[in-house]
Amino acid sequence: MVASFMSYLGSRVSPGVAGNQLWVLIYVLIIFAGVSVAVICMNWIERKALAHFQVRLGPMRVGPHGLLQPIADALKLMLKEDIIPAEADQFVFWVAPLIGLLASFTVYTVIPFGPSQAVSDMNIGILFMLGVSSLGVLGIVVAGWASNSHYPLIGALRSSAQMVSYEVAMGLAVVSAILMTSLNEKGTGTLSMIGIVQAQQQQGVWFIFKFFPLGLIAFAIFAIAMIAEVNRAPFDLAEAESELTAGFHTEYSGLRWSLFMLAEYAAMIAVSSIAVTLWLGGWMRPFPNLLHAPAWDFIFSLFPGLTFGGLAAIAFIGAARMPAHSFFRIQRIGLAVFAALLGFIALLLLVIAIAGRSSDTSLAARVNEGIDYVYWFVLKVAVFMYLFIWYRATWPRYRFDQLMKVGWKVLLPISLGVLIVTAIVGVIFS
Amino acid sequence: MKDTNDASNQALSHHDLSHLQLEAPEKPYLDSNELIINMGPQHPATHGVLRVILKLDGEKVLGTECVIGYLHRGVEKIAENRTYTMFNPYVDRMDYCAAVSNGLGYCEAVEKLLNVEAPPRAQYIRVILTELNRIASHQLWLGTHALDIGAMTPLFYTFRDREEVLKIFEKYCGARLTTHAFRIGGCQYETYAGFEKDVKNFLTFFAPKIDEYEALLTTNRIWLERTKNVGVISGADCIALGVTGPVLRASGVKWDVRKAQPYAAYSKFDFEIPTGENGDTYDRYMVRMIEMRQSMRIVEQAVNGIPEGPIMGKVPKVIKPPVGEIYHSIEAPKGELGYFIVSDGSTQPYRLRVRPPSFVNLQALDLMVRGMLVADVIAVIGTLDIVLGEVDR
Repeated sequence: MVASFMSYLGSRVSPGVAGNQLWVLIYVLIIFAGVSVAVICMNWIERKALAHFQVRLGPMRVGPHGLLQPIADALKLMLKEDIIPAEADQFVFWVAPLIGLLASFTVYTVIPFGPSQAVSDMNIGILFMLGVSSLGVLGIVVAGWASNSHYPLIGALRSSAQMVSYEVAMGLAVVSAILMTSLNEKGTGTLSMIGIVQAQQQQGVWFIFKFFPLGLIAFAIFAIAMIAEVNRAPFDLAEAESELTAGFHTEYSGLRWSLFMLAEYAAMIAVSSIAVTLWLGGWMRPFPNLLHAPAWDFIFSLFPGLTFGGLAAIAFIGAARMPAHSFFRIQRIGLAVFAALLGFIALLLLVIAIAGRSSDTSLAARVNEGIDYVYWFVLKVAVFMYLFIWYRATWPRYRFDQLMKVGWKVLLPISLGVLIVTAIVGVIFS
Repeated sequence: MKDTNDASNQALSHHDLSHLQLEAPEKPYLDSNELIINMGPQHPATHGVLRVILKLDGEKVLGTECVIGYLHRGVEKIAENRTYTMFNPYVDRMDYCAAVSNGLGYCEAVEKLLNVEAPPRAQYIRVILTELNRIASHQLWLGTHALDIGAMTPLFYTFRDREEVLKIFEKYCGARLTTHAFRIGGCQYETYAGFEKDVKNFLTFFAPKIDEYEALLTTNRIWLERTKNVGVISGADCIALGVTGPVLRASGVKWDVRKAQPYAAYSKFDFEIPTGENGDTYDRYMVRMIEMRQSMRIVEQAVNGIPEGPIMGKVPKVIKPPVGEIYHSIEAPKGELGYFIVSDGSTQPYRLRVRPPSFVNLQALDLMVRGMLVADVIAVIGTLDIVLGEVDR
């Protein structure tokens, strides 16, 4: 039993492929919890970062620097009265947020956090991912229709039109990345998410830099289309607050509304994961082929610990800088405890990194390897999440027809052109 | 959705929409009918309690009807039951974003009726405060307008900087928003020590801030797409509807009461009237941005040339204007603000009528948004820069 457990730490096979149902279950639970926690963190970070973009402080009252604000919000939302409008289609209204949630969480079954840190390694992984993630719009459309109200209906119509026009460009951009995976001796590409990352490792280049600037353009198209896919600013037409009050979720409140938010943020993380997997080398650390000496491995394996150490240091400085007034005592202690917690995690990670240095077969080494993969993957995704906030702070909202224009007349031709040129260049160079 | 549509049609039946001459969709196919949407009075982007009934074909606007009066307080009727002095604070509550301008217009109208003139020092103080108020009002407009179009951040930048103007008001007269800064015949308060320094500091502080706003918006692709050729209105239409202020000037008509019929001390200052060409939302945006810079020019000249002397003219203790009537208008931040006062020789106006720029400008909404999309309605309401306190009075 223990040996069976051990065999999956750092091995090169995903549990779903190996048929180990227990590990699949554990992974699913870890991912579900992890994504939920990530959404909570993201909620806090978005509010704080957006506030700092806008010369505000953001949440400051609930917990030190508002750290407990998301928890307070979640509690409030859960305790709110559950309202279903009398005119609404009760069942469909009830089921709509679940569709969105289900779609955005199902995507995680094929996201590779590492070569074996995935629930499954489907051989049609990317297709599955695109298909399931675009199901999320069904939840929005259904929600808008079931509300039986004008603003949600317009929001839902906008959302579906938006989805149709951006899926195409997005799909073509993905295809040009998949084409690049076939540039090996056998000449066969792969649709497997893990295979795509491994292809980047074999070719020694992230696909964003492949056939420069072709990879970059395809990536840029995907990066734009994915914002539209998850309805974020400047493409947040479906919920356009200043136009449609709240768009498709105008009639939703309390827990149902929070499920929509959870689905939206989970979808943001999911599409960012696709972008990272396809173009930014997935779980790979920078320069895995060039700097592959054990010493380099060790240096890079220190990064997770150092990151948490840095966060702990920031939290400590924050605690030290709090006003000396007794009013802030509890907050100061709370922040110090939080910092200590981060510091403890940092210490643990550093210990694992140092212990895993000596041998390649010990438990520590395998755990260390796994942590490394997940760390680099999450770091890359985090960059995208930050960009989402940055976009929201910077840009006005597109109008419906302009959005269509950008989708059909700009992104689609460019992505088609990039696909063709990539194919030609690929044939010439292989 | 058919049931709901019928229901709302029924609910709206007391609003006769027939005069809107709504065009049917060009090519009806399948079974489609128009959507009637009630936007407001509680809506994030109607700038208060404006209610707009929209008739839509999909996203296309076929017609609009504004329903106003949710903020009606009967200011004009109140005036008939108050003495001239007592009514002065009430005008602050009309356009509460530009209370100083309202007060200036009212005081000057009564002064004209009394045939007295405020002393030069008071005139200069009035100009400084009014122009600072114009900047504050335009900042508020810019922030909310950008927010309506989806850019959140300018709102917080403009409110941060507007604070500096409000601080000067607060130091001068104790109030930030409803200032009641002027009295009939001059100003009640002498400037506080350091007033000129504060104003000059504000000018140096604010000049780079306008550049900051412009850096966020002026060349922003999405901003350009959202504002260019949106809500176009021609100069002739503006004149026909009585639209004034930046909206009129953006349509290419060079009409500014400060130049055309100079009041206060405006004839002594050197400034330009910006005009646009296309009469679209972008031109109105640019006109207002330039106006802020021109206001700074005026304030700079005024604060440098402020004369010494008394701040109150020779006004009787009890204001009892001779029998007669007067119309006096000034250039408020939103357009021409006029006061028509009929005096029967008593201490109270027989009739007082306000010509509010927001109310008149709002008329142009329907003309500007027909055939546009829902999102443009929001942009146009923002660009008209209406304040419902002034529309409803």
